This record gives sequence, C-alpha cells and structure tokens, in this order.
Amino acid sequence: MPRIAVTVDGVKYEEEVEPRLLLVHLLRERLGKTGTPVGCDTSNCGACTVMLDGKSVKSCSVLAVQADGCDIVTIEGLGANGSMHPMQQAFHEEHALQCGYCTPGMVMAAIDLLRDNPDPSEDAIREGLEGNLCRCTGYCNIVRAVRRGAQEMGQAVRTP
Amino acid sequence: MIPAQFDYVRAGSLGEAVQELAADEDAKVLAGGQSLLPLLRLRLAYPSKLVDVGRLPELTGVHDRGDHVFIGAMATHDEVMRSGVVNADCPLVALTTTKVADPAVRHRGTFGGSLAHCDPAGDLPAVVLALEGVFVTRSPEGEREIPAAEFFVDYLESALRPGEILVGVRIPKLGAGWGYHYEKFHRTAQSWAIVGVAAAVKRSNGAIEEARIGLTNMGPTPVRARAVETALRGVQLGDQVRQACEEAAADTSPPSDLHAQPDYRRHLARVLTHRAILNAAGSP
Amino acid sequence: MTEVGKARKRKEDARLLTGRTQWTDNLRQPGMLHVMFLRSPMAHARITGVDVSAARDLPGVVAAFSGQDFAAEQGSLPCAWPVSEDIVIPDHPPMAVSEVRYVGEAVACVVATDRYLAADALEAIEVDYEPLPAVLDMNEALAPDSPKVHEAGNQAFTVKITSGDVEAAFRDAPVVIDRTYIQQRLIPSAMEPRSVLATTDGDSFTLWSATQIPHVLRVMLAVVTGIPEHKIRVIAPDVGGGFGSKLQVTAEEVLCLLLTKRLGKPVKWTESRSEGNLTVHHGRDQIQHLRLAAEADGRIRGLQVELLADMGAYLMLVTPGVPLLGASMFNGIYKMDAYEFGCTGVFTTKMPTDAYRGAGRPEATYGIERMMDELAAELRLDPLEVRRRNWIKHEEFPFTTISGLTYDSGNYEAATDKAMALFGYDKLRAEQADRRDRGDPVQLGIGVSTFTEMCGLAPSRMLGAANYGAGGWEHGSVRMLPTGKVEVVTGSSPHGQGHVTAWSQITSDALGVPFEDITVLHGDTAIAPRGMDTYGSRSLTVGGIAVLKACDKVKDKARKLASHMLECSPDDLDFAEGVFKVKGTDSQKSIQELAYAAFTAHDLPEGVEARLDSDATFDPENYSFPHGTHLCAVEVDTETGMAKIRSYVAVDDVGKVVNPLIVEGQIHGGIAQGVAQALYEEAVYDAEGNLLTTTMADYLLPTAMDLPDFVTDRTETPATSNPLGAKGVGEAGTIASTPAVVNAIVDALRPRGVHDIQMPCTPERIWRALR
Repeated sequence: MPRIAVTVDGVKYEEEVEPRLLLVHLLRERLGKTGTPVGCDTSNCGACTVMLDGKSVKSCSVLAVQADGCDIVTIEGLGANGSMHPMQQAFHEEHALQCGYCTPGMVMAAIDLLRDNPDPSEDAIREGLEGNLCRCTGYCNIVRAVRRGAQEMGQAVRTP
Repeated sequence: MIPAQFDYVRAGSLGEAVQELAADEDAKVLAGGQSLLPLLRLRLAYPSKLVDVGRLPELTGVHDRGDHVFIGAMATHDEVMRSGVVNADCPLVALTTTKVADPAVRHRGTFGGSLAHCDPAGDLPAVVLALEGVFVTRSPEGEREIPAAEFFVDYLESALRPGEILVGVRIPKLGAGWGYHYEKFHRTAQSWAIVGVAAAVKRSNGAIEEARIGLTNMGPTPVRARAVETALRGVQLGDQVRQACEEAAADTSPPSDLHAQPDYRRHLARVLTHRAILNAAGSP
Repeated sequence: MTEVGKARKRKEDARLLTGRTQWTDNLRQPGMLHVMFLRSPMAHARITGVDVSAARDLPGVVAAFSGQDFAAEQGSLPCAWPVSEDIVIPDHPPMAVSEVRYVGEAVACVVATDRYLAADALEAIEVDYEPLPAVLDMNEALAPDSPKVHEAGNQAFTVKITSGDVEAAFRDAPVVIDRTYIQQRLIPSAMEPRSVLATTDGDSFTLWSATQIPHVLRVMLAVVTGIPEHKIRVIAPDVGGGFGSKLQVTAEEVLCLLLTKRLGKPVKWTESRSEGNLTVHHGRDQIQHLRLAAEADGRIRGLQVELLADMGAYLMLVTPGVPLLGASMFNGIYKMDAYEFGCTGVFTTKMPTDAYRGAGRPEATYGIERMMDELAAELRLDPLEVRRRNWIKHEEFPFTTISGLTYDSGNYEAATDKAMALFGYDKLRAEQADRRDRGDPVQLGIGVSTFTEMCGLAPSRMLGAANYGAGGWEHGSVRMLPTGKVEVVTGSSPHGQGHVTAWSQITSDALGVPFEDITVLHGDTAIAPRGMDTYGSRSLTVGGIAVLKACDKVKDKARKLASHMLECSPDDLDFAEGVFKVKGTDSQKSIQELAYAAFTAHDLPEGVEARLDSDATFDPENYSFPHGTHLCAVEVDTETGMAKIRSYVAVDDVGKVVNPLIVEGQIHGGIAQGVAQALYEEAVYDAEGNLLTTTMADYLLPTAMDLPDFVTDRTETPATSNPLGAKGVGEAGTIASTPAVVNAIVDALRPRGVHDIQMPCTPERIWRALR
C-alpha cells in the first residue's frame, strides 16, 4: 500500500493507504477529522470542501494518494487560539446556517473566494459559492455573511 | 459510494507513464480526477490501475510559443483561466474555462483531462474545436499531433490509442481583430450545458470577415457549425446574421436526455449562436 | 427581561461552525461493523433466489443476509395513518423476501469490518429475479386490466368530503374554471444523508439515527421488532436537515437494530446520496383536477377537488395522510358556499411518497392559488382584486371555513398592502404592459400567492377524528439547578431550526433567568423521555408552549417556597425579573436563591418537595394558521424559454415572533424549496421504472447563483390559540412560493395564449408552450 505524508490542520501524519481511499475518508475515518462531512457522490454539494495547499477542493473527489505531501486545512483548523475565524464568526452573526451540514464546506468556499477578491460583490459571492449546496437557508444569509466576513477579514489585515 | 479496488502508480516521468499504460490495457490515466473520481465512486468504471500523471513537469504549465499557446494537459482550469498568456492570446479559452464546473473543481480539474474525457456536454471541447487546436500526445511509438477535428471521435471517446497520453494542446493565436464569446445555456449553475456555443469572430470594416463556431452538446462529439461560418463570411451585423445562424443546427445530431429533446436543442443552437456571434462581434 | 422578540444569535452555531459535530456518521463504537444494502435494480419482480455465500467468504465480511434470513423477525414497516375504511395497507418487509416493488428496495445486506470491504462484498451477492410488469402511471394503474402492484389491487384508499351544496354552486354558474395540475415527484434532499448506528449490551439497545422523530421511532421500533420499548433507547444527535424526509420509520433503522441484535456488535449504516435519492421517501406526486364555480363579479360559489395521489409501492409512516393534510386547505383564505374534496391513493412501483416540507398544504395552496389567477384572467381582473373580493376580511375572524376549520386570526389586507408596497406592484405592472406593447422578447410576469396554511400539528382530538395513530401534544420540562442555572428538556427534536436558542428565550422571560444560564436538552429518549418530535411546523406552537407551561408551574412552586421563606401570603408576592418581592417592602428572594433553598431543603414548607422543577404536556386547541402575501416577478426569455426570478417579496404573518432572525431564516429557506419545485426539481422514472435522477448532477437543486435575494417582511396578527400568540413558520415559505413563481411565469405568457406550464417550469416546457 502506498505510504503518504500529509499535514492536516498543522499536524503531520504518515499513513499507509489503499489507492482507492478518498481524501475525505482519510480525514474522517483515519484521522478522526469528522468536522468535514460527505453530502454526495458526484462532487456537486461541496459539503466536504477543504483547503489543499491553500486552495479549495472537494475532498470526496480527491484520492488520499493524490494529497501526498500536501498541506490540508479543514474547518477544524481554521480558528486560532480558541477563537473562530472571522468567516466562521460572520456566519454566526448573520444566521447563515441552520442544520449546519453544508457549513464547513460553505465556510471554506467563502474563504477561498476572498483569496483573489477581498471585496466581492453579491454576484461574485454567489458565483464563488456555486459549487456548494445549502438546503436550509436559501443562501440569502450566507451571502450576507460572506460580505461581512470579507469586511472583517479586510479589517483584520488593515489593523496590524 | 466507494470505488472498487485498483492499483496506483505515480509516474515519475512521462516515459514511465506511457510504459505503465501500455503494459495494462485496463489502466487509466489519473489527471485531476474531477470526472474520473465520481465515475469510480458510482462504480461506473473499474480500471485495474490508475497512472497518476498529475505531477509530471512535461504536462504542466501554460507556455507562450510564439504563434501558439501550449497548454499542458495537467494545467488546472484555475491556472488556465488566470494565465496571462491565455487571457491575452486565447481569451476564448480563458473565458470559457471560468464557466467550467465550480471553483473547487477548477482547482483540481485539468485542461487536458476534461478534453480527453470527450464529454460532448463539457464546455472546452467545442472551444478547442473552434480554435483548431492541435493535440500533442506521447505513446510508446513516440510523439503525435492530432488536429482537434480528428480528436473527438465519439461520445466519451477520443482519438487517443491505448497507451497514449495527452501531453498538451497547441492553441493557435488568432491575432488582432477577433472577438470572443461562450454562450452556456443550462438550468442551474451546476448543471451541464444543454447547449453551449463557442464563438470567435473577426470583423473588418463593420463586416464579419471570419467566424469560428463550436457547439457543445449538439451531438456525440463537439460540433463545428460550418454552415453558419460560411454564411457569415462578409456579412454586415444585422438581420443577415440572424439568418445565417438559422443554419446552426445543420448536420448535428443532438441528444435526448432529462433536460432537453433534440428539436429544442436545435432551436437553442440557432438562438444561442446568434447571441454568441453578436457578443463576440462586440454588439450584443 | 424581554428575550422573546429579540434577534438572538443561535447557541447551536459554535459547534456546527467549527466542525465539532455529532452527525450520526461521525459516531463510533468499539468493534463497530459497517452495513451495506444490496438494492433491487428492478421496479417489479419476483425474487426467485438470493445467494450471499460468495459475499460471506470475502475479506472483512462478518455476515451477509437475504430478506429470507430476517423474514421471521423483521415485521412490517408501519403506516400510522389509515385514512379511510377502505384503505389497503400492504405488508412492507424492511428487506424484500419474495417480491420487489420499486428500484432501490433492499434485498440483501452485508456486514463488514470496513465500509470499503462491505461495498466490494455487495457485488458478490447473486439475486435471481423474475420480472413483473412495472406500474408507473396513476391513471393506467386504476384501469381494471392494469398489472397489480399488490394482490389487493392498485387503489390504496378513497376519501370524499363534501360541504355545502356543490351541485347548486355549479348549476348555472356564470364562470366555471376547469383545470388539471400536476404536482411532480420530488426528492427532499436534506444535506445530511441518512445514517443509523445501533448497538446492544446484550440486553438493551441504543440506536442513533439521523431522524426527526426519535420518540415516535422508539415506539415504532418496539412495535415492529417486538423488542420491548423499555429496552430501546433512540438518540437523534446532530441531524442535518429533514424537511419531512426524516419523519419516517425506515427499513434501515429496523434492520440495523435487528443486525446488532443478531450479531451482538455495533453496526453502522450510512447511505450514499445516490442510494438516498432512490430510497429516501419522495414527496408530492399528485394529479389535481380542480373545478371552480364563480359569479361574474369573481365571487367564488364552489370548488371541487379530485386528486390522484401516488403512494408509491407501500404505505409508509404517514404516506396516505399527506394528501389529506391538504383536504381542508384547497379553499385557502377564501369564502365560498360549497366545497368537495375527493382523493384516491394509488399504488405504483416507485419509491413510496411521504411528508415533504408542507405535506399536503403546498399541493392545496398551489391548486387554489393557480385557480385564482385563472379566474382573474377569465374575468380580466387583477389577480389581487379577485382575491380581495373573496378573502376573509380581518374583522371576520375567527372564521369557520367551508371545509370546517376555524381560522383564529389573520389580516390578509395588511400583509397584501405591505407586500405590494415593497414589491412596487404598480410600477412592475406598468413595465409589464410596456414590454408587451413593445413585443420585447423578454416578457415580465407577476405572480401572486396569498396563502394560509394549517400547522402546529395538532389538536389530538382532531388527529383522532382523522384516524391518525397518535396524538399531537408535546412535552416540556424545566428544572432549576442548585446554582440557579436551568435545564430545559423538550420533546421537540430539532434538526436545524434553532430550538435551543428559542426555548432559552422563552424560558428566560418566563423565569427571569439570563438567556446564557439556560441549556436545552433534546433528541434522546433517555434524556427527553416524552415527545412527539418535530414536523408540521409544530415545535414552537406546541413544544415551545409546553416549555412555557412548565415554566409557569416552576414559578408557582417557587412562589410557594418564597412565601414560606419570606413569611407572607403567596398573593402578597410580586414576581418580576426573576425576583419575588413582598409587595410594598424590600423583602425579596431571587429564583436562584429559591432553587438553592429547594436543593438544601433545610426549611421547606409542608407539602413542598426538595426540587424546583416541573413539566407540562401541551395539547393545542387548534391548528395555527400563518398566512402571507408573496409576490414574484419573473422574466421569461421567450426565445429560449428560460425563466428567471427578478424579484421576490414575501410578507408573512406568523403571529408573535420569538426570534426574528430564526423566522427570517425559515422563510428564506422555505421560499427556496418552493421555488425549486416551481423551476428545477423533479424525480424522473423511465418507462421501466428506473429512477433517472439518482445523483445531484441529475436532480437539480438550486445554487446561490440560481436564486435571488428574497425581500422579507412581516405583519403580526397574534394567534389566539396559544399564550405566546405564535404561529408556525417552518413550511410557510415553501407553501407560498411555488404558486407565486408559476403564476408569474403564466402571467408573463398569458397574452400568448398560455394558461399553464407543468412544473418544474423548464426552459424546454416554456418554449414548447409558446410554439
């Protein structure tokens, strides 16, 4: 079995994996990172979105072997020093989650879309989230939360 | 769902990848995996082995080669849509790529992978067909060049032979005076194009000098709307354009599926080709 | 304190936002095994042989079973709602034994040490089928020569309800509108796939499930499996949405319980999405034949409704009751002299249908709100004017409708006026006229939906009268802890609604304790032993009231204790902000001090026990009737048939609001699901009975790019049937929005002779209607 090395939420792991093992199952079943859920099998829903070397990917559509040598950040690794990431906080403030199942992926997609557009329009936010399905919110409050999160993150950068 | 078992090898070089593939006819190339992984999970494909070419340097990157742009097969959609040279010299590729899938899928999915998959509902095949790209491949017999017009053989079937790997695609630069548009018609942002129209239009003195039109999902392969291209030659923007676009569905055999019947697709091809041409010509 | 009415941020959020979740699939037990089910690829077939022996020999496989292996003990999945005398409730084995009746029905299972190995082993099971004819079309199914789904035939039940003189209403009516509408089959698509984990210590059983109904499930598991109720504990941990789809007693729940019993090991099953699309119960699926008789001025004389309701292959928990939940709602907010409702339940070889957000009321509301637009068109009146001429006026409440329900309160005028102003109704009408005049290829349509619905299920006596197998009460208990903190236990079982936050607000006001000092426990039959769970927009108006009533009892006890300690009569005590004060003095005791005094029990009065807690069961005296006016503007590209929502305004009246943030969220999500029915979603079976929409790539759910920002506002007409004055909100948006969208599309195209588009209103269907 291939041996892989990955860093997940700042911790290094070396694992022997079956080639067919999906990254999301490595995270959930092997590493106990159950914060990242699975919602579909066709990479439509985006619930399993994580950051792979700084970019959003759907971890149900990546093999664990493909992630060898990569740095992975999940929803569990976002906050620092026990406090939430500004985007997580913004989701809370704007009531951008109900059941919360899509939330980890949605937050990751939201952070990703701000990488090259720190001040996105409503349309840009909706476009950036097109790969993530939510069944509870109708997206209204998610869009508001991303705008708020963007502002907070902008502030965070500006205020040294 | 869960894929069936397969062997895996991460090729260290293009030569090794070609050897691995040639040695096992049930082996498949693993690029970004964004089309393949869902198929594996649904157990619609049972490869014996996946040959991972995702990290091969020969297959990566976007390169300016003077009269054409060479897009490595493993360049991700995200790389392609952000590439300065693609945006400058092959803008139709860049703007269409922004409409492929979603951001997370574009981070993994590759230019070459989505072309080699030969899904007629994919957006890029029609673009490369219209731009007359040239597919560069490697096999145990050596390197080969396949014009786009010969690459898309049938539904999910390319001209790649067993053991042959797509290295990259040469996209000719069309030069000055061209305008571009990709008109994607789908029911939700995530769903496949019911019909898509890739258009490149060169204007001179207010008339259309030349047009290139590729159609998405109007047959088992992407289709070139040759009749429209011919009819548009020398035409002034106006009613004649609409008339020319009436030929858009000629020689197509659009599929029937959950989202549309063939007659509707033919109708859409006409309407959307007209819109794509107007957009590409700069007067929507 | 005034917590009720405040936009409190949710207590539930932090763990959901940071991935510290307890989805059933996250849970593990030592020695846990994984279950997978082999499912029928045939819509209808006799099973002539199942061979699991090859699967048993594969690595990691602990056991493999066919339906036959469980035939003696698996029982029959329950139907709790025998709606009529003539109902046929066929045997419904959790794992098929001799015959399969829909694609996806479980025929065998594998238990393995690893889910990957279980998936491999499924492919080694051999099943022999002898094909039987599929039965797919409801009208054909009722023909005498149709192949039968079940021995007893394809008719599940018939119901007829008549009120007033229908014949007279239609006789010589100046206007009769006759329409047939199709409610397509839907897949509820909660984001969390179903998952079950069952374990046993050899004597008793614990079952975790992604369910809306842990309490109902426990009772039913006992009934179905024969395992005594007191030996079963059911836990609904974090549950990722339901929308009715997890209001069910599923084959997988029963079988996981039986598997853990047989193997003595914990077993877990989690479905894949494609498995779920096949086997989570579907929603809607009706053919509605409506006839409406009216005067020339638009006043409605009478309404006739005849439904065919697709049950699918079996009757599940409330399958036959779903269309009946609409029986009293087809008359909507309107007055009329006569009403007739008929419904025939039909068996087909498809996945059974059951509750999906709104359950019966969306279908009814769609029917009447589409018909009101048709009536308006027939009379060349504005659709809002026709409604105004027929609706119950605000001064007429309480009002007993033609179908026999008594609407306690409402103000349709106020909601409509507000919605029209927010929407810019007159301006949009002017734009519409202009586009029509210009022959603009993009036409504008305006859709109206002035809806009400019955929710807050339900007065137990009414459920009894409808022959439903359970009551409609809810339970709550409240206990003051020694340090003055509060534990609230609720029988409502949330899966995204924010009960913990809302119940904290209610309790905070009632007891005068800080919001932060309250915790809410739920979803575990060992912790919250009594409950009727969450569905039918019932949690606040039934479960929330039970908590309020329990708080009142705690307060009464505290008053007794305070009067003893302060040496005064209970009547001399004022209670405010959590403090009992002797009138006209500074002498006082806080409720926290009293909680501690009850705990130490050093000085309790005669007859007062050493605890400051209580509980209450609340049974509502009536349904709650939220209402509202939704207005939708749609642009229809007549060249391509694409319909796009340009603006959407919803003014809802859900009575008194406990948490406006949560209410707005419920409305947003509800509208989205209703819009999705109108525009995008449809479960499609082919001519052989194969489901074609097994993945999210085929069953189209709207993304953020496909929906507009909804403009929402409220009017507030308190309900009179509960002390909070609250009405349900969970389903209102879904019920209202579907007809608003379709009315808008038809409105856009009416000058082109279009008077209906079948849902979902795909570009292709619109284009064909225009040809």
